[in-house]
Amino acid sequence: MSGSKFQKAEKILLKNVTIIDDGYNEQKQWDIFIIDGKINAINPTSEKTDFNGAVLDLSGKLALPGLLDMHVHFREPGREDEETLKSGAHSAMAGGFTAACTMPNTNPATDNREVIEFILDEMKNHLFSIYPIAAITKDQQGEKLAEMAELVDAGAVAFSDDGKSVANSLLLRRALEYSKMFNVPIIEHCEDAHLVGSGDMHEGFVSSNLGLAGMPAIAEDVIVARNLMLAEYTGGKIHIAHISTKGAVDLVRQAKDKGIDVTAEATPHHFSLTDEAVRSFDSNFKMNPPLRSEEHVAAIIEGLKDGTIDAIVTDHAPHSIEEKDAEFSAAPFGIIGLETALGLVAKQLVKPGILSWQDIVQKMCKNPYRILGLEAPQIKAGEIANLTIIDPAGEWEVDKFNMKSRSRNTPFHGWKLPVRAFAVLNNGYFYLAEK
Amino acid sequence: MSFKRKHLLGLEDVSAEEITHILNTAETFKEVLARPIPKVPTLRGKTIVNLFYEASTRTRFSFELAEKRLSADTLNFSTSTSSVKKGESLRDTAQNIEAMKVDMVVIRHSAPGAPHYLTQCIKGSVINAGDGCHEHPTQALLDMLTIRDKYKYLKGLRVAIIGDILHSRVARSNIYGLTTMGAEVALCAPQTMIPYEAEKWNVRIFNDVDEAIAFADIVMALRIQMERQTQNFFPTLREYHNYFGITKERLDRANKKITIMHPGPINRGIELDSDLADDDRYSVILNQVTNGVAIRMAVLYLLGGELQE
Repeated sequence: MSGSKFQKAEKILLKNVTIIDDGYNEQKQWDIFIIDGKINAINPTSEKTDFNGAVLDLSGKLALPGLLDMHVHFREPGREDEETLKSGAHSAMAGGFTAACTMPNTNPATDNREVIEFILDEMKNHLFSIYPIAAITKDQQGEKLAEMAELVDAGAVAFSDDGKSVANSLLLRRALEYSKMFNVPIIEHCEDAHLVGSGDMHEGFVSSNLGLAGMPAIAEDVIVARNLMLAEYTGGKIHIAHISTKGAVDLVRQAKDKGIDVTAEATPHHFSLTDEAVRSFDSNFKMNPPLRSEEHVAAIIEGLKDGTIDAIVTDHAPHSIEEKDAEFSAAPFGIIGLETALGLVAKQLVKPGILSWQDIVQKMCKNPYRILGLEAPQIKAGEIANLTIIDPAGEWEVDKFNMKSRSRNTPFHGWKLPVRAFAVLNNGYFYLAEK
Repeated sequence: MSFKRKHLLGLEDVSAEEITHILNTAETFKEVLARPIPKVPTLRGKTIVNLFYEASTRTRFSFELAEKRLSADTLNFSTSTSSVKKGESLRDTAQNIEAMKVDMVVIRHSAPGAPHYLTQCIKGSVINAGDGCHEHPTQALLDMLTIRDKYKYLKGLRVAIIGDILHSRVARSNIYGLTTMGAEVALCAPQTMIPYEAEKWNVRIFNDVDEAIAFADIVMALRIQMERQTQNFFPTLREYHNYFGITKERLDRANKKITIMHPGPINRGIELDSDLADDDRYSVILNQVTNGVAIRMAVLYLLGGELQE
């Protein structure tokens, strides 16, 4: 296939590809015919055809239903120097995603119809789909509910005050009750602000050594416990954002056993790194929740394995070079993650045999769509061609200077990762990732 | 031995051999300081900048004096009179100063890791003169020199560090340095001021000051920062003094020979009583200050020696 990296998917034959989706045998290869952005037919690869469109030989590559990152920060409106909706989309496509949910901590906050409409309008006629998450409270101030019904009407798929918890338990109760009318989840960043104080990193022996103020794991656990109790009481849908502690994983596991309507997500950095990394004082290891100690990392991996944690998300949080290039305690929290997520998932979970590619499809596509009450893509004739094509043999080195994101704040610069995104298709468009 | 380090950022990874070498070098500088003209040409032609982002009297004077005794040219920087007030970043400040051909930077900063970050910004040697609650290596070195002066050895001595351990860079550097040198270290504070998993430092932990004194050959008192009182680490200064203050009565009750140290400045009557601080049968506090200059001369000399090659 020649020409532009981003083009209309008018007539394409994806040849010799292994399909990872329900009902497919991973030992077999298939030819996927795409006409006008839709899957026209899927044939065993040996069948002869007289197809006269573009042909892409995908021998050795895997086709997954398009991946959705249900937790990103694209900074537009407000901080377009760090990321725009379009640069975020390009970063996501390069990382193998076809859709993302944007968090509402923009400036102005996504707490009104105009901002939702602006976001959706900006990404109209694009390969990449954006599903905006709206603020629970006005300006995320934790004082007054945002106009949730109108926000859902405008296109919001969930509510969150991400960046902090809704500290007022009564207000969170109301949000859980009110959002039940629309069957959308409340996504909570679980953190007791008083227990965390001015902490910069996980509270543990490493923080004691470094003299950095600690953020104790229990600050997450107590809010997860409160939220689960409120979800049980109200019957609302609660989704635990970027879970990072053993205590929280245990609580969610127990709540699921009890039948509480709870789901949870974890990030690649929380299952790939520990707080030991902070010894470098490199602010690219500063995120919230912070990198935790080994026992917590093991609990996250166990939670992913046994289904306690439903989704893998990046919490892609771009920050300018100027802001991150500072003393550790002066730098903001957050790292970018869209372009390294698949590689980290492959390195930390698939290669060691913890999860299969089928499981990854659940965690990075089917479950996120399900949590949001949206229909997940399927690789099936008649469906929109919403696909992520990955190259499992493609080892590569992370180079922060060669990323699509406008920001450079990755802790994985120089890491060698297996597997890279090869192409994505969605909404009638086709994007071939650069090598 | 030759000293291979380019920077002195902390004592956590400094070996017993290196510490001994620094202390021995400081001894030779003590002899220099005793001369009628206490000055040597060792660092002539070298320029050192003292980047003090935090208020300091003794550490800053001690470094300045050490630099002058070694004949270095010095520049002094403080936040109140610098472009930091205009919002200049640490990287820009440091790189501008370095562009003026500075060889070494002594930095005091409220952010843990600021000296480590500085090593990524500039080519010269960096000496940590205190970074937030992290480390203060030259203070611990001068403490060890002072102890060695009195006891002639460090191994096996019992040192109790009493006070706000949580926020103390002096405590951390002393824990690393003293345990490396084979001393036994104990920490004593209200439990709110004991760092998380502090026992992993291989130290004993007391919440009872009488037990700590009973344990110790040397008591190192730490300053209680007045602003902590509003943060509920302890209820009142009165209660702190009553339960954790080091007093003559407590020492008398212990009925043993004890050496009292303090990195200063002292809150007299809070963490340490005046009659102990000023009594040279117990206190070596002013010896610590004197030794500070010799230690800083030794560190500057050993790091500057690399520059001369």
